[in-house]
Amino acid sequence: MGSTRSHLRLGRKEAAFPALGKGCGVYRDRQCCFPEVTADTAEVSYLPVSAPGAGQDVGRSCILVSIAGKNVMLDCGMHMGYNDDRRFPDFSYITQNGRLTDFLDCVIISHFHLDHCGALPYFSEMVGYDGPIYMTHPTKAICPILLEDYRKITVDKKGETNFFTSQMIKDCMKKVVAVHLHQTVQVDEELEIKAYYAGHVLGAAMFQIKVGCESVVYTGDYNMTPDRHLGAAWIDKCRPDLLITESTYATTIRDSKRCRERDFLKKVHETVERGGKVLIPVFALGRAQELCILLETFWERMNLKAPIYFSTGLTEKANHYYKLFITWTNQKIRKTFVQRNMFEFKHIKAFDRAFADNPGPMVVFATPGMLHAGQSLQIFRKWAGNEKNMVIMPGYCVQGTVGHKILSGQRKLEMEGRQILEVKMQVEYMSFSAHADAKGIMQLIRQAEPRNVLLVHGEAKKMEFLKQKIEQEFHVSCYMPANGETTTIFTNPSIPVDISLGLLKRETAIGLLPDVKKPKLMHGTLMMKDNSFRLVSPEQALKELGLAEHQLRFTCRVHIQDPRKEHETVLRVYNHLKGVLKDYSVQHLPDGSITVESILIQATAHSEDQGTKVLLVSWTYQDEELGSYLTSLLKKGLPQSTA
Amino acid sequence: MKLHYCLSGHPTLPCNVLKFKSTTIMLDCGLDMTSTLNFLPLPLVQSPRLSKLPGWVLKDGSTFLDKELKECSGHVFVDSVPEFCLPETELLDLSTVDVILISNYHCMMALPYITEYTGFTGTVYATEPTVQIGRLLMEELVNSIERVPKAQSASMWKNKEVQRLLPVPLKDAVEVSMWRKCYTMPEVNAALSKIQLVGYSQKIELFGAVQVTPLSSGYALGSSNWIIQSHYEKVSYVSGSSLLTTHPQPMDQASLKNSDVLILTGLTQIPTANPDGMVGEFCSNLAMTVRNGGNVLVPCYPSGVIYDLLECLYQYIDSAGLSNVPFYFISPVANSSLEFSQIFAEWLCHNKQTKVYLPEPPFPHAELIQTNKLKHYPSIHGDFSNDFKQPCVVFTGHPSLRFGDVVHFMELWGKSSLNTVIFTEPDFSYLDALAPYQPLAMKCVYCPIDTRLNFIQVSKLLKEVQPLHVVCPEQYTQPPPTQSHRTDLMIDCQPPPMSYRRAEVLTLPYKRRYEKIEIMPELADSLVPLEIKPGISLATVSAVLHTKDNKHVLQLPPKPPQPPASKKRKRVNDDVPECKALKPLLSGSIPVDQFVQTLEKHGFSDVKVEDTAKGHIVLLQEAETLIQIEEDSTHIICDNDEPLRVKLRDLVLKFLQKF
Repeated sequence: MGSTRSHLRLGRKEAAFPALGKGCGVYRDRQCCFPEVTADTAEVSYLPVSAPGAGQDVGRSCILVSIAGKNVMLDCGMHMGYNDDRRFPDFSYITQNGRLTDFLDCVIISHFHLDHCGALPYFSEMVGYDGPIYMTHPTKAICPILLEDYRKITVDKKGETNFFTSQMIKDCMKKVVAVHLHQTVQVDEELEIKAYYAGHVLGAAMFQIKVGCESVVYTGDYNMTPDRHLGAAWIDKCRPDLLITESTYATTIRDSKRCRERDFLKKVHETVERGGKVLIPVFALGRAQELCILLETFWERMNLKAPIYFSTGLTEKANHYYKLFITWTNQKIRKTFVQRNMFEFKHIKAFDRAFADNPGPMVVFATPGMLHAGQSLQIFRKWAGNEKNMVIMPGYCVQGTVGHKILSGQRKLEMEGRQILEVKMQVEYMSFSAHADAKGIMQLIRQAEPRNVLLVHGEAKKMEFLKQKIEQEFHVSCYMPANGETTTIFTNPSIPVDISLGLLKRETAIGLLPDVKKPKLMHGTLMMKDNSFRLVSPEQALKELGLAEHQLRFTCRVHIQDPRKEHETVLRVYNHLKGVLKDYSVQHLPDGSITVESILIQATAHSEDQGTKVLLVSWTYQDEELGSYLTSLLKKGLPQSTA
Repeated sequence: MKLHYCLSGHPTLPCNVLKFKSTTIMLDCGLDMTSTLNFLPLPLVQSPRLSKLPGWVLKDGSTFLDKELKECSGHVFVDSVPEFCLPETELLDLSTVDVILISNYHCMMALPYITEYTGFTGTVYATEPTVQIGRLLMEELVNSIERVPKAQSASMWKNKEVQRLLPVPLKDAVEVSMWRKCYTMPEVNAALSKIQLVGYSQKIELFGAVQVTPLSSGYALGSSNWIIQSHYEKVSYVSGSSLLTTHPQPMDQASLKNSDVLILTGLTQIPTANPDGMVGEFCSNLAMTVRNGGNVLVPCYPSGVIYDLLECLYQYIDSAGLSNVPFYFISPVANSSLEFSQIFAEWLCHNKQTKVYLPEPPFPHAELIQTNKLKHYPSIHGDFSNDFKQPCVVFTGHPSLRFGDVVHFMELWGKSSLNTVIFTEPDFSYLDALAPYQPLAMKCVYCPIDTRLNFIQVSKLLKEVQPLHVVCPEQYTQPPPTQSHRTDLMIDCQPPPMSYRRAEVLTLPYKRRYEKIEIMPELADSLVPLEIKPGISLATVSAVLHTKDNKHVLQLPPKPPQPPASKKRKRVNDDVPECKALKPLLSGSIPVDQFVQTLEKHGFSDVKVEDTAKGHIVLLQEAETLIQIEEDSTHIICDNDEPLRVKLRDLVLKFLQKF
């Protein structure tokens, strides 16, 4: 019979004795570079960073995760700071030979911000991917609108070619499968994903990716405190092997929301009072709605007359989306929406380009939020020269954008055509963008209880601080891969097998009360056949294989000096054993034999020597310890003082 | 053992309890409202006709019941606040129910009675649309009963002795002592606060032992069927499902496959009517009445089929020349219902979902409201009385015609044959509903629209999903009493369905043989597999079993502690083996020749072999030892020479496999 001993390596996919403890690799794209990966990679591979000067920054999100042989791409963002090839991830790094569709099992988009979905049509239609793309319903609804808007700015206004077309956006969206919150989506037989509410923007979700008992949670951007229109992110104690969390505000512990709101209103109010104009660059969906609700109620309360405008285009549509997807907003808005729709504003009117030159105070919300193009940039150029005016940046700005430049103190900007724009207006930054702060990130880790944490979407220094804090407080490994670097995390999953109910019941019946000091051993046979694992009793294993049990029995002769009659000797032996083996069942049978559990002892007189008795001790292999112990005990003779 | 308790006798308003792997799960919480048909309507405005109805007099002339019972056109009605027939509360202790699974908003109307009066401390699971619309239905119910306070509360007629004397149907009414008045809004709120929202295909773990999952059932907004399963058993609970294309998301049939038991409730109540045909008839009757200058009354629930009817009318109004006819929707929750219908895009059919992406409201009634063709009011009082123009179409509740604004319109329009009342809701017999209004001049049209599964669809579904056993209400195992020849109007499957009736307990057939257990990685690493037959490998496992939260885990046994050195002296008696060390079973046989060779190799020079009837005896003469070898056994008989015994044992074991 085959005696090849090998360590048991159990797994789900492979046959025979496959590798256990598969790595769960996370491949993080930072700038332009995807690491090259194969499905079974379980080694750490460091890949070169091709973009010069690339640091950890809040650029675009595009992460490749390989878990138990499944490859999932998380988000497909574009970089707002670039206008060339660098704005899209270099997908050729995923796989150089072969189609993306064959390599990726699915793509997940966390929310509709372009730094998370902006490269999607390029990826699916121009590079070529036909597999499933998952996102929530609101994301599916809003994403194509923003993509089209972005395309228009890039192609129609800037005249760029080699860009995706309207038709490509449509075709791309056809590949999207919308998911419900908490719905378990079976991507294939082994891979399942589940969305959790993330706050941040309408429809934003965190995703759990699970294969067997290994799992990864990807947060996308999230917000742990409810705001004026959205609720707080929430996840259950799903104990993933790895939590990939954004860390945009890794070091910030933001002051209370109320303070920030008061501050914002004060600044707007003061500027308007002194006849200045306020520009608030926003993205059409998200923060804009929260700030509109804030200003609307303030105007109402203070009875202010200065006009508030919202730059045209998406406004009305955006509010419509909020109305139709009201179940994704916060408790308060959902509760009152029948009586009063929070997204129908009385004081906020549509903006016309001509209004920018109107005299007198006004407040204008204009897109896009980072002042890198479009209407907000146009208005900014008009108003920048007047110190009475103010621009309030309510969110994060990516490096390279005008927003980022003025926030870092630059007051002379080189515009197109070498023209220099001098910024005299006041520049204010208000952190209204709904990312989790350090406190929030810690809170989420506490909720999900991951075994490892990986920080992305943040700046290196800040991430380092947070990493230390996480490792201190939760005693889990925390990673912050550099650009294009691959992180491999080894998981050590336990192996699920089927145990026969008979065996399990037998075991649980014996030890109802678990004794910590003396753990009960259970004995069974693991049968492995066609990748199925079953734990059965040894008897059942024999029976199923059609094999008979081979009984191995031992009988030892023990000589005892005792002149008494046989039955008296037996009685002495019986009393002796009963005294010693208090925990065992020792019985004296009518036929003159003694049993200790299943071990049989019989006495006969020695054929030659009447003073010696021969004890035959007989036991099976299964009772070997006790049998062997008994013979050595009896060999020592009987105690003298036995009545 | 799995038990199934039936608490409601109404097949479309079920309330069942399933005991499954140490959890107690209530499936739906339906409230049988047909009991209200035995009561007089609650008029919003003082009705001279109703107040003048004569008291009922027994055959022997006694009049002691004439305050409680009134007679109208040969029928006897209870003059009291309407009461509902609750689910059975005595069959099992309902405080032991761990969870309640709700399948659709019609099947949760008894919830406050269960969660607030039985000591229930568990959780209720339902989808968001189910909860929101269920709340609206309850609000409407409470509102329409509370706004007409009735001084009298009749109870004498419920006395068993008295009930025997009453005419049918009061005489045969079941469990009248259990009938209860409507709950209050605080009770509704308390009940709803116990609900946890779930999404389709969400896997919900109960105590680590059972997983429950709601699946789209295609019948109403957020309506679900439920899968209740462990690793080895699967029970599907199908309640109120539809395969027709209306507004809700289509039914998920595939996930019902491989069920051990399928509990089937909530089939269509009108198996002979085709919903599409009924909608057509509804439209043409409506148009005809209005053209002749009459009014149309549509008694309905504030949500559900009304959305489909409004959509049909939206397409029909202009072509039928009804553009100038006002449509009124009157209910305390009319506005909420219309608004809520527009925000559940994720729960709608594909067509409606795509509209939201545009973004447009998924239901066209938004446009009907915008163009003033459809107007909604909380009640007939207030704005409505100013706007009211005839001829018109009024949608209002309650379909039983016993309470709500519909009572007023029945009184108002009943006398004219120009008017028509069109029944679309299938829950109440329209003749019974009309009884207290007789004699009536207005036309009555019966167009019941029930989109739930009919028997043809059921048999197709069962063929598709192939459950091992089907469990259903007894009503589904025989033809309807009024059409006893229609043997096609019953469930036909193999093996025949197990049926239940109110207050009955069934033992569900199915026995599982396996359970899931996890082998910790360290233990898995220590296992040594051996290929016994091609493709089959075995490894013996000796491990410590841990069971926590109904999950089983096998771990490496702890290393035996080193005995402390100081105890060496006392060893003799202390050395009793502590726990029975487990030895594997053996299998195989020992080839004598090879065995003898092995013995000789190990230094036994005087081996002698004798043949016996069943095998061989191997003698080691010098050691006075004999080894009996047979096909399935080996017996070593020796003197007490432990080293020798151990040596022989190991030689024998070389030839055997361990299990």
